[in-house]
Amino acid sequence: MAMLEIKDLEVYYGMIQAIKGISFEVNQGEVIALIGANGAGKTTTLQTITGMIPAKKGSITFNGVDITKIPGHKIVPMGMAHVPEGRRVFSQLSVLDNLKLGAYTRKDSKEIQESLQMVYRHFPRLEERKNQPAGTLSGGEQQMLAMGRALMSKPSIILMDEPSMGLSPIFVSEIFEIIKEISESGTTVLLVEQNAKKALSIADRAYVLETGNIVLSGDAKELMNDESIKKAYLGE
Amino acid sequence: MGFLSYLISGISLGSIYAIIALGYTMVYGIAKMLNFAHGDVIMIGSYVVFTSTMMMGLPVPVGILASIVVCTVLGVLIEGIAYRPLRGTSSLAVLITAIGVSYFLQNAVQLVYGANAKSFKSVVPVKALSLADGALVISGETIVTIVSCIVIMIVLNTFVNKTKAGHAMLAVSEDRLAAQLMGINVNKTISLTFAIGSGLAAVAGMLLCSAYPNLTPTTGAMPGIKAFTAAVFGGIGSIPGAMLGGILLGIIEIMGKAYISTQLADAIVFAVLIIVLLVKPTGILGKKISEKV
Repeated sequence: MAMLEIKDLEVYYGMIQAIKGISFEVNQGEVIALIGANGAGKTTTLQTITGMIPAKKGSITFNGVDITKIPGHKIVPMGMAHVPEGRRVFSQLSVLDNLKLGAYTRKDSKEIQESLQMVYRHFPRLEERKNQPAGTLSGGEQQMLAMGRALMSKPSIILMDEPSMGLSPIFVSEIFEIIKEISESGTTVLLVEQNAKKALSIADRAYVLETGNIVLSGDAKELMNDESIKKAYLGE
Repeated sequence: MGFLSYLISGISLGSIYAIIALGYTMVYGIAKMLNFAHGDVIMIGSYVVFTSTMMMGLPVPVGILASIVVCTVLGVLIEGIAYRPLRGTSSLAVLITAIGVSYFLQNAVQLVYGANAKSFKSVVPVKALSLADGALVISGETIVTIVSCIVIMIVLNTFVNKTKAGHAMLAVSEDRLAAQLMGINVNKTISLTFAIGSGLAAVAGMLLCSAYPNLTPTTGAMPGIKAFTAAVFGGIGSIPGAMLGGILLGIIEIMGKAYISTQLADAIVFAVLIIVLLVKPTGILGKKISEKV
């Protein structure tokens, strides 16, 4: 059984249909990339999974539980974390307070400390700046904070929306290295990216979204060599 | 001694504005709406004290407690019934609803108690303080008001900045969806905000009516508007701003009455607001909100 299963999902913004009946699945331990151009519906898909936007039709099943209609704040304690597009850190709160909010639904204070140390190991820079307001961090550091904050909920799956957006090439490589580390430490990853090349390089499998439909899917390595993908997304 | 005693009256009146302004500013910061019925919650709180202690003869602490409980529940009910269904719609719809709730509360109370003013006996047991051989007399109400204001400010600031629920409030105030992604129940957080704001309104109502003992169904309207002004003056959404704005407004009002004109005092208060907003549109301590593009 897949860890996360999306079936015939349809999502509307008012009268406009953003997602036109997509189905895909994420298995335990995988890194799945959802790639596609701007406006393809990648962010909408993630936001629907974590209950930020309601689904019109179809179902979302997580570890065998139908979460389609569960309010967003109840999905986090089930083991799903979401690193939103544009990072959305709490800019007025300190780095440490942001990380603590990531563990908001947890009550195991001793293990929260362990998670904090784990986040600091992934992102030593966050520890150096733990007392600084999050708004004073650079874009790349804010991305790290958003990822660290999500890890603080001790998720079994982490959804990441455009983690490389607006970052310098050095930061992009660093962020992807860390995504690999997170995956190796046992967390399942669902990654949405416009940077298809980078995403495919670390993913096990990938789905290609185009205007609300999945048009292609398969093994990431194979997709990287697919002629149409090369033309449309890899700029070759 | 005249100036000093005006200053103290100003701080005292301003402390009441500040406590009311906290309700406006917290609700605005977290629910992003102006709760124009907030002033009327103050009035309801005062009627509860009036009914329980002055009509039914219950002890003052019981009346105070009853008032705080009723206002807290009322605040949560108003939010749940009138405002929550409108979440996500235009802010104008919420604003008009708030004005509707305000009129509803005033008229409901008028129906029960009539429009005539009730005379409210002070619930403050503290005796007046006489300084400098009686040249400066500070009333018990003034002392209690200023002390309450300081205590409330310290407790509230600690709550918001040091507790988990307070951090959840700050998170919801900054980014509701991101807060939800942390597992924060946004509706519950907004309810809590209304509960705290309305509980504070009960305290403000008691202090207000102890100092100015005329209780009518519109008692809360003018202090409500002035406290709202204070909140904007200090920077809406900011807790220290509400405190500072409230106290400054109180001082300006009393000084205006004492040295310029009793009739013009309110006009002066609002003129100062206009000037401050022209110079600093975000209010004294308001943060500049950078719009994401």
